[in-house]
Amino acid sequence: MCATCGCSGGAVLQLLPAAHNHGHSGARGHVSSHEHSHDHEHDHGHDHGHDDPGHIHIQGPADNERTVILQQKVLAKNDEIAERTRSWLRARGVLAVNLMSSPGAGKTTLLERTARDLAGKLRLSVIEGDQETALDGHRIQAAGAAVVQINTGAGCHLDAAMVAEGLRALDPPSGSIVVIENVGNLVCPALFDLGEEAKVVISSVTEGADKPVKYPNMFRQADLVLVNKTDLLPYVDFDVRSHAADLRRVSPTALMVQLSATTGEGIQAWYDWLRRRTPAPLE
Amino acid sequence: MHELAITEGVVDAVTGRLPGSKITCVRLEIGALSGVVADSIRFCFDLVTEGTDLQGARLEITEPAGRCKCRVCGSEFEPDGPILLCPCGSADISVLNGQDLKITSVLVA
Repeated sequence: MCATCGCSGGAVLQLLPAAHNHGHSGARGHVSSHEHSHDHEHDHGHDHGHDDPGHIHIQGPADNERTVILQQKVLAKNDEIAERTRSWLRARGVLAVNLMSSPGAGKTTLLERTARDLAGKLRLSVIEGDQETALDGHRIQAAGAAVVQINTGAGCHLDAAMVAEGLRALDPPSGSIVVIENVGNLVCPALFDLGEEAKVVISSVTEGADKPVKYPNMFRQADLVLVNKTDLLPYVDFDVRSHAADLRRVSPTALMVQLSATTGEGIQAWYDWLRRRTPAPLE
Repeated sequence: MHELAITEGVVDAVTGRLPGSKITCVRLEIGALSGVVADSIRFCFDLVTEGTDLQGARLEITEPAGRCKCRVCGSEFEPDGPILLCPCGSADISVLNGQDLKITSVLVA
């Protein structure tokens, strides 16, 4: 059982190698179950921080009870794994992006198009999080990217331990991009650092333009907000300006890009953003 | 419902630090800006602690208010809700307090 996630049923991880594969033997199937007991087998450099349980201060006993001061962050274990992942990704020269949105905003469609458009230019692999099924994983695999599908079962978000395990299965090459497609949800994923370099949130024009102020914890952390489905703007009541103003109310720094993952309109700005952040391959 | 996950994190952290101890009370600090709903934690607590060393333990939660500082006008303010907007209108702020989610102490029988 992982330290923080509620997936008592156990998350299941499945490696789906790229459809147009370059020499991968490509065994499909179960890679492993949701067991995190091997956290410390990472070849990532260990970096136990200040939250490491070290000192236990015991105050004087009161009747038959004694107080034990812990002062421990509840998410300390998740954050520690996330930091290790981040160091490992940086040392390897891999860009990891945590992609979040409500269900149906177009995360998978965007990644399908991205995998097709960037084929031969930028190496993309995906960690795909859903409660159930490998449907999205298969869509992205068919578009040419290597995929690890993680089913969180009862869990409403990915956590750092799941992503660390997914990265080990993916083994992303230096100079490549890993997009972590989080479970569709604008609440819970905001709390869990996965070790990513940047957070990208999609809001689509078929949703309310006021999503940033309704889900401020999510949008406050976004480095980039993609307003998707712009091809539908003539048919819906979505005010792009008020969306931008609401985003400014929760984040003065997030970039906003309008695009349509279906038609490709505006999508070059997303590719440029990715390219600018992708490290050069190591020698 | 990440509060279920958070509550399991609390149980794991306490049993990890104090293995085999009978815990009679858990004291949490859930900052107003932590993104966690204290009532949901209370709702989950009895369920999650059942069968653990924390079963039957009391849950005491303190909820420190949020405190922010505006990077534009320099004033400190207590945000009104989860949108951290300075009274001057600026959203360019830093959070000074109220983001923590931690186990402050436990009582051991």
